[in-house]
Amino acid sequence: MMGGTLVVAETRQGAVRDISFELIGAAGQIKQQVGGPLVVAIIDPDPAAHAAALACDGVDEVLAVTSPTAGFEAHIAQRALEALIASERPRLVLAAHSIDALGFAPATAAAAGLGFATDVIEVSWEDGGPVVRRGAYGGKLVAECDFPAKQCTLLLLRPATFAPAGPGAGDAPVRDVDVALDDAAQTTHLGYQEPQADGVDIATADVLLSIGRGVEDQDDVERFGSLAERMGATLSASRPLVDAGWLPAARQVGQSGQTVKPRVYLALGISGAVQHLAGMRTAETIVAVNTDPEAPIFGVAHYGAVMDLFELADELERALG
Amino acid sequence: MKVVVPVKQVAALDDEFELPSDGADVDPADLEWELNEWDAFSLQAALDLRDGAGGDGEVVAITVGDEDADEAVLNALARGADRAIRIWDDGLRDADALAVARVLAAAVDREQPDLVLCGVQSSDAVNSATGVALAGFLGLAHVAVAKGIVHDGGRLTVERELEGGLVEQLAVALPALLTIQTGINEPGYATLRQIKQARDKPLAVTSLADLGLDVEAVAAAAGSRRRGLAMPAQGQQAEILDGSPADVAARILEIVGEQVR
Repeated sequence: MMGGTLVVAETRQGAVRDISFELIGAAGQIKQQVGGPLVVAIIDPDPAAHAAALACDGVDEVLAVTSPTAGFEAHIAQRALEALIASERPRLVLAAHSIDALGFAPATAAAAGLGFATDVIEVSWEDGGPVVRRGAYGGKLVAECDFPAKQCTLLLLRPATFAPAGPGAGDAPVRDVDVALDDAAQTTHLGYQEPQADGVDIATADVLLSIGRGVEDQDDVERFGSLAERMGATLSASRPLVDAGWLPAARQVGQSGQTVKPRVYLALGISGAVQHLAGMRTAETIVAVNTDPEAPIFGVAHYGAVMDLFELADELERALG
Repeated sequence: MKVVVPVKQVAALDDEFELPSDGADVDPADLEWELNEWDAFSLQAALDLRDGAGGDGEVVAITVGDEDADEAVLNALARGADRAIRIWDDGLRDADALAVARVLAAAVDREQPDLVLCGVQSSDAVNSATGVALAGFLGLAHVAVAKGIVHDGGRLTVERELEGGLVEQLAVALPALLTIQTGINEPGYATLRQIKQARDKPLAVTSLADLGLDVEAVAAAAGSRRRGLAMPAQGQQAEILDGSPADVAARILEIVGEQVR
């Protein structure tokens, strides 16, 4: 293969992750402009088990790399991707902006001298090369980037941003690619620790009252807990409050916490870091209250108020009697 | 144990900034500078490992930045780092994550540490890439997004944070590079005395030439070029709730009532 697009599929604990289909969908959108084939690589202990599912609409070939470890290992993935880029010589490589891919893709880009961008939200093709958009200044602005003089560019795409590819006929040919990986691993997997439920399930709540950094004192957390209760809402929080130990991890909304889809998400004093938005942007109605009118949370909110959360809490309490 | 901690002085946009019509960059007057939030945690993790190993180790803070970035390394020194290195060349002003990682690689290579601890990401660029790219340039073993570390002889047991609250426990031998997630520890604050004393600790200002690099070599390692900045596309325009706090509170209770009826 010369040129074309290589998609790096992602699996975890034996299942293909949704982002894999979003990567194939994004690759399909620009396949004609990139030229060449659309090839999906899977690096997994049992790649054959997932090959048919990955043979989506527009996929010309699935490359199966057998990993010697039961789960993801960053250095194995890194060596496998470097070998695939060297043998297949793709023009464009798409992988996930996920914790696994962020654990090896930047090293691959550094070692192989690739064009590289992470957390990409738009990809287009101009004058024979990729042009991308990604956040800048903490997501308050969008930067447009290109990759002059790069033979191959590796892009990590933000999850839940690109439309997934349709299932397709599943008959794209599967080719086994032999990469020497037996001595590649540099970490030893010891186990997984599943998240603790702590008796609260914010993922199924109808109304979430979610608090963030605007709550500056641990003593105020209890107040918002009782306010939530009186509103018929469940209390949740953004990462900083959980990091500080003010609330248990089970109440955390975001990439590393829970993905929630309540009818109403009331965000008080949450600025809206990308990782937080990833966990709540699909809420049916989002109401954001923040003192910073430029806070990224307002970009996804249906209703917004530029206001101090304590002033609002005073009035909510008064109105509830 | 010798630990190198790359740190970054990050830029935060003021509440009321304006994007110039050419979209090249924002007015520096609209920026506030501070130590990257993640780097306070990586630095504290390094101090804890040094002190846990009997205190005979060394923590070296490194930054790539102009003289305004002295504040970041002085902050690290005040919190307990033993010495600091600041690397700068005016040609690095537009350096992306890979270019910065290439510069750091040259400096870290001279230090030959047991461990490199980076923040998972910086709050301004949010690449989440510099640390693992640095490992790539150095050929070091690496683990991204660590939320727990236990040091046991020549090996670390690390808790790696995955999506949805899942945690993987794994072991890695030294030397290695980890990227550190917020919440792994409680970063200490520097006392006034420590802030004063920081100025007496060694801070080496280093040029690219000192590291055997030049601007061209760094530019060749860069992964991307920024063509311009724009305001984010508004997915949906939020309806602004105005009026008094009482009006807003009443409207919010109404919205909740309508949606949950």
